[in-house]
Order: sequence, then structure tokens, then C-alpha cells
Amino acid sequence: MAKRIDVSDLNIFYGDFRAVADVSMTIEPRSVTALIGPSGCGKSTFLRSLNRMHEVIPKARVEGKVAIDGQDLYEPAVDPVAVRRLVGMVFQRPNPFPTMSIHENVAAGLRLNNRKAKGDALDDVVERSLRGANLWDEVKDRLDRPASGLSGGQQQRLCIARAIAIEPQVLLMDEPCSALDPISTLAIEDLMHDLKSRYTIVIVTHNMQQAARVSDRTAFFTISGAGQPGRLIEMGETPEIFSRPGEKATEDYITGRFG
Amino acid sequence: MSAPAAPTIAGGPVTPLDAPSHRRGDRIFAGLARGAGVLILVLLAGVALFLVVESVPALTASSSELPQGKSFAHYVGPLAFGTAFAAAIALLIAAPVSIGVALFISHYSPRRLAGVLGYLIDLLAAVPSVVFGLWGIFWLAPQLQPGMAWLGTHLSFIPFFAGPVSATGRTILTAGVVLAVMILPIMTAICREIFLQTPRLHEEAALALGATRWEVVRMSVLPHGRSGVISAAMLGLGRALGETMAVAMVLSVGGGVSVNLISPQNPSTIAANIALQFPESSGVAVNALIATGLVLFVITFLVNFAARAVVARRKDFREGS
Amino acid sequence: MATATPLLAEPGASPPLRLTRGSLPRWAPAGMFAASLGAALLVMLVTSFNWYGWGALTFLLYVVVITTVSRRVEGSRRSTDRLVTALVFTAFALALLPLLALVWTVLRRGVPGLTFEFLTTTMRGVIGAGGGVEHAIVGTLLVTGLAALISVPIGLLTAIYLVEYSGGRLGRWVTLMVDVMTGIPSIVAGLFAYALFEIFFGPGVRMGAAGSVALSVLMIPFVVRSSEEMLRLVPAELREASYALGIAKWRTVVKVVIPTAIAGLTTGVTLAVARVIGETAPLLLVAGLTTSMNTDPFHDRMTTLPVYAFSAFATPGFPPEAGYQRAWSAALVLIILVMLLNLIARLVSRFFGPRTGR
Repeated sequence: MAKRIDVSDLNIFYGDFRAVADVSMTIEPRSVTALIGPSGCGKSTFLRSLNRMHEVIPKARVEGKVAIDGQDLYEPAVDPVAVRRLVGMVFQRPNPFPTMSIHENVAAGLRLNNRKAKGDALDDVVERSLRGANLWDEVKDRLDRPASGLSGGQQQRLCIARAIAIEPQVLLMDEPCSALDPISTLAIEDLMHDLKSRYTIVIVTHNMQQAARVSDRTAFFTISGAGQPGRLIEMGETPEIFSRPGEKATEDYITGRFG
Repeated sequence: MSAPAAPTIAGGPVTPLDAPSHRRGDRIFAGLARGAGVLILVLLAGVALFLVVESVPALTASSSELPQGKSFAHYVGPLAFGTAFAAAIALLIAAPVSIGVALFISHYSPRRLAGVLGYLIDLLAAVPSVVFGLWGIFWLAPQLQPGMAWLGTHLSFIPFFAGPVSATGRTILTAGVVLAVMILPIMTAICREIFLQTPRLHEEAALALGATRWEVVRMSVLPHGRSGVISAAMLGLGRALGETMAVAMVLSVGGGVSVNLISPQNPSTIAANIALQFPESSGVAVNALIATGLVLFVITFLVNFAARAVVARRKDFREGS
Repeated sequence: MATATPLLAEPGASPPLRLTRGSLPRWAPAGMFAASLGAALLVMLVTSFNWYGWGALTFLLYVVVITTVSRRVEGSRRSTDRLVTALVFTAFALALLPLLALVWTVLRRGVPGLTFEFLTTTMRGVIGAGGGVEHAIVGTLLVTGLAALISVPIGLLTAIYLVEYSGGRLGRWVTLMVDVMTGIPSIVAGLFAYALFEIFFGPGVRMGAAGSVALSVLMIPFVVRSSEEMLRLVPAELREASYALGIAKWRTVVKVVIPTAIAGLTTGVTLAVARVIGETAPLLLVAGLTTSMNTDPFHDRMTTLPVYAFSAFATPGFPPEAGYQRAWSAALVLIILVMLLNLIARLVSRFFGPRTGR
């Protein structure tokens, strides 16, 4: 199920502005990869280029290659819609569809492909996805209630359930805990630990303890100044990066000496 | 609402230096502003009051004194029907088109073009209704006539197309189309605004699930904009109900109640009837016309109020969620 | 969890990656559209040519072709997406059609009659051809100007009241009533003005000032709304800075708030004038119609451009062509006036608008 991602010589532009420059990395399957770095270093932009979500912004474009199992996502014939079904995403702030119930939210992605999906089969998927997101016990009695009634942490787990319901190969998380309290954050971190046996997970985080806790590998991005593109400084096993970083910039950032 | 409190209240001890002149100035100015607000209330009350007072003679008059020798209810009934019928046709045409145009501008056109296109549609709103009337009668009616003739020959078993077919094209269908064109800009503007306000997060949630553009619209844009679309439709309906000149010019009036869309004998509308009859009326006939105006006022008032209620309910919903 | 459904396959059981699963090339919609245009044109030429037939047939052909081809190649979801895209584009074309037709018709019919003589003569003693709109232009300017003179102070002061004095329950009532006023049909405003003036001048009253009052009823809510919006854009810091200098509130409003918002206020008023200048119905009722120049809004009937255009159409005289010509030319003059006002409003807001410092 989980797939390897190979990124080579990736440059990301907004119009004439180069936001991310010359990134090459390999993201291993069945593991959590954390992207860390100061604000504006392009890590979120980079993350969004992994499922072609950055194209939503006008004038954004990409040069280079992102391959999942050898298949380049940016080949002209590739359909971005198909890419996004393959690479799920969880956003900074929980974003369940406000007019849909909990059940409908989880089923939303499935309904797109299989409009006749109904009844027991669909209920099974919804239950499995909610269980997968550690949310089932909390919502099983109110599946038909609006999702907006849930707490922030529950909503975020609902979004994770919605993302895994369509069985993606990869799960991207863009600072999934930044809007949550510590207890909800812990619940999501536990969940990531469970999910990595089945998915390739890439997470952007500002919280270095979180990166150290949840990830197997860590990539450090930074910018050399305003108007400069973000670059990948180094990438390695998480304990390695945090205890013996190879670059001075990484060490400065991790130890809090950065800006 | 966020205006800070007057400094005379907030400023602690008032020094003798600034007190008299400033406070008098403040009081006069505040009084003027307040007076203007009150004047608006008085004005609206005046509109309602004058209409009611001037209507009374018509409502109490015997049917023989009224135009057409009918009781007032029988006089205004067909007119009210015509008003509602023409407005309904207009809304039926304008609603889907304006939703489509709003979507085109907000989600389908290239972003750089969107502003220009929106302005182009807004220009339609600036065209005076008498020009729409001329255009409707000299351009649109002849263009639609062959189509209506075709409907009359082939679909005459449907009551809407029962015929006889108007030779000039000045039917209630044509009037409805003109009205649709006239209410299109306002409806498009409201829909466009609300579609553009769809939270980016909700659109991205749909995109990240692998939704196509239409699926994004269906899952996030339309649910978000639903009440806005409803209130846009209500406001458009209010406009169509009250529009006068275009209908007065385009419609060939036969009186009576009929759902026939293509005949030369059409029910008139309240507003058009007033515009056409008023200059030649005197005595109780004027009162009768004013009374029909009162009926129109009440109808549009109710429609506008319903629109507002929809918007208000949406606000509650948003705060609740 | 053990019951694996076809919808949710077990890990490893997923089919190999297929990101490129059928997609039409980029030029496909444009190409198919061109082909539909051509095919429809052929059909039209074989039978009998008709612009609407061509348009409708092209639309039908295109929709059928793109949805079926897309369904074959890309599946039902993409095919639905393409169908909706076609519908949305069609809606836009449909909305553009009347705009273009209207501009074209007014220009084609109106320009021939738009001479210097047309602008500088009245209809006094004119039977048949000749005559002009001078008195109607003057009447329109007088009636609309007087309406602006009534509406702007009331509207602006009300907006100031709502923004600067907020005013609790009265403020809420005023806001609500302004909303209600925006929905008053113009003909009802005309009836109101008639009923009001009848009290003072007796039945059958017709005068320019009555028209101004009717237009004011339509104009005031517009002025209030736009001024309110503009005043609210003035940052609170500016007011506070002024208060901190010990300047009285009313002077702050007059010397600081209004000058800051003046461009927006002017734009709003100009647009409000543009909106009511084309009103016909209320003026037909209370300002009436006359063939000669009348520059006194408080006595006798006064012709305005929209009413002129309407009556030239409704009673064109004989032969009717001359009357119709006058109607179209008057309509053109009216549209030019409205567009001019819109242009002024745009220019004012562009060149005198607040510069957000950067």
C-alpha cells in the first residue's frame, strides 16, 4: 500500500519568484518523514507539491521530478485529480465540510468515485476509517450529526479519517496539530504512529519535539534571506539529525539559536 | 458601531476652555445626524400612510364607480396574477443563468479576466429600464416571435403554448425574458460575492480528496453559498415584481387571467398598469391605481423581508457552528 | 475489520499505479468546439441558415460529443465535470448576448438621429420629423440635480449617524428601514410623491419637484448604504488621534473623517445619481410631459429624457418612424449620460481614492 517517493531537482515557482530550489530527496515507505525549518522556508510549499495541491494558487509551477514508485507526477499526461486520490492530505486547521454529517464527511471521498456506494459496505468503510483515526468510540452514536459539533481535535481526526477512507498511498500532513491543544495533539501523534505501518507519512511541523517524537527521518529546510528560495539543507535519520546534525545551520535551528 | 464614545463623556473633568462652543457644536451636529435618521423613518411611514389614505376611497367605493366596473378585488386580482407570473418567468430564466455566470466569474474564468467580466455584467445594471423596453419591443420581440410560433404549432396541447400566437412577439414570455435580463446583474453580483467567499480550506479539503472542479463546486462552493443564492433570487424577484416601464412597453395587454405564454392577450402587471393608466385617470380611478400600488408595495415588502430572514438565519447558523 | 470490502482493499492488494488513466489532450475541448461549430454550420447551410439555430446546434453537438468521448476515455466523473464546464460557459455567453445586442441596437438605431440639432431643439410645435431633446436634457438635469440636493444631505447625515453615533435601537430601526426602502418599486415612489403633493396642490398635480421627491425616495437608501460603507473604512486610529488633540467630535467628523472618505463618498453619490437618472415610471406619473422648455421645477410639467423616450415611442405621431427615431436617439443620449456618470465615479475612486501607503 505505502509507496516510496523520489524527488529530484525540484524547483517551485510562484510566477517569477522561486520559492523552493533544487530539492532532491527520497521518502521511504511505511515511515514518518518530518519536514522542519523556519517560517517561509518553503516546507509547506514543498509538501503541497507532492500531491499537486500548490497548483490551486494561480501562476504556481514546478520544474523537476516527483516520482511515486517510478511514476512522475508531473508528466503532462498525469491527471492531478488522480494524484490527489493517491496522496491524501490533512491541513493545518481542521476543515470538515460544514454542511455534512460525520458519516457523510468520511464517505465524501468514496462517494466521488462510486456514487452508488451505500448501505453496509459504505458503513463498514466509514467505521474502519473512523477506527483507524481513533475516533470511532467518540462518535459512533452520532454519525448523523453535523461535523461542526465536534471539538477541534476530533475534527482533525475526522479529517484524517476522511483522508484514509479513500485508501491513499501517501498521507501528507501540513502542521496538523498547530491549531490543537496538547491533549488532542498527543492523540494525533499516537495515531500517526499507528498509521505508519500502512502509509507513507510526510508531516510539516514547527514543533521540534513533535518531529523528534513522531518521525523516523527528518529533513531540514531553510532560507538564506528574504526573497531567496528555500533549500533542503540536510536529511537523515531523526535521532541522527537531532543529536549529530551535519550542518551548522541545522544545529543552530534545532538548538534554538536561529533568528 | 465601533465609534468611540464622545470625548466630552470620556475626557474626565471638562476644562472651561473647550466646554461651551464645542459642546453646542456637538449637540447640534448630533441632532442633525439623528434628525436625518428619524426623517428616513418618517419618510417610510409617510409612504405607507399616504398609500393607505389614498387607497381608502377606492376600497370603499362601489364597483360601478371603479374602472372596468368591477370590485377592487376583481380589478387587482388579474393584475397581481400577471405581476407574479411575469416575475416568476423572469426568475426561472435568470436564476440558473446568473448562478452559471457567477460560477464562471468566481471559479472558471482566468483570474485576470474575472474582474473585467464582472464589470461587463454590472454594466447591464446601469442601463435604464426605458432602454430595455425599447430593446425588448424592437429587437427581442421579433427575434423570439418565430420561436413562439413554432411552439404554438407543435406544442399547442400544453396550456402554456395554447395560442393563438402573437404576431408581434409582445407576449408575457418576451416580457419575462426582458425582466430576466434586467435582474441578472444584481443576482449575479450577489452570487459571485458569496461564491468568492467560500473558505479556501473547504475547497482544498475537496481537492485533496481528488475532486474534480465540478465536485469541488458541489461539495464546498454551493453548500456554502446556498442561502446567498436564495436571497439573491428573492431580491431579483422583488426587482422583477416592481419593474414598470419595460413591461409596460413590451407587453401587449388583453386583461384577464391566462397562463398562455405566447398569445397577444396577456394579463398586465400592477406596475405597468399604473404607468399606462395613471396619466389619463382622474377621481376614484386614481385612488384605485394607488390602491393597486399599495398591494404591490406589500408584495415586494414581503419578498424582501423573506430574503432578509434567509440571510439572518444564515448568520445565526454561522455563529452557531 | 476482518471483512474486507471491495471498496477498501487490504494493504498490498491495490492495483498498480495508474495516474494517467485516460485523459483527453488539452486542445480537445477547443478542437471539439470548433468541429461542432463547423458541423452545425454545414447543417445550417444545407437546410436554412439561422444564427440561433447555429448557436443551439453547436451547443448541443458539443455537449453530446464532449460528454460521450470523455465518458469513454476519462470516466463518468470527468465527463460530468466537462458537461458542467460547458454549461457554465454557455450561461456566460447567454448573459453576454443581450448586453451586446442591446449596445448594438441602441447604437445602430440611435446614432443616425443624434445630430447637433437634435440636442439643441425642443419639441415645441413639432409634428412629424424634426424636434429634439433640449428641454428633456434640461429637465433631467434639473429633476435629478434637485433629487441629489435632497438625498445627499439626508443620506450622508444618516450614514454619519449610523457610523459615528451608532444610536442603539433607533440605529437598528434606521438600518432596517433603509433596507426596506431599497426594495420599494420605483412606481410606488412615484405614487407616494403624487399623494404627498396632492395634499398641497390638489388633484392632478404635475411638477418637476414632485419628480425629485420620488427620485429621492429611491436615491436616499443608496446614498446611505454607500456612505456608510465608506465612513466605516476610515480607520478608528484617525478619529482617536483627533480626539487626543482635544478636537470636538463634530469637528473630527467634518475635518478628519469626511475628508478622508471624500473620494468614496463622491463615487457613491455619482453612482446613486446614475441609478436614478434613468428612472421613467415615477416621473411619468408626477413630472409629466410637455413639448417645450420649462426651467422652473415648481411650476408645471417638466419633461425628462426617459419620459421623452417613452412618449416618443408610445405616441410616435405620423409617420411613426420619426417618433421612433427620436426615442432611440433619446435612449442613446440617456445611456451616454449614465455611462459618463459611471466613468466619472470610477475615475474619482481611482485618482482621488485613499492611497494605501506602501
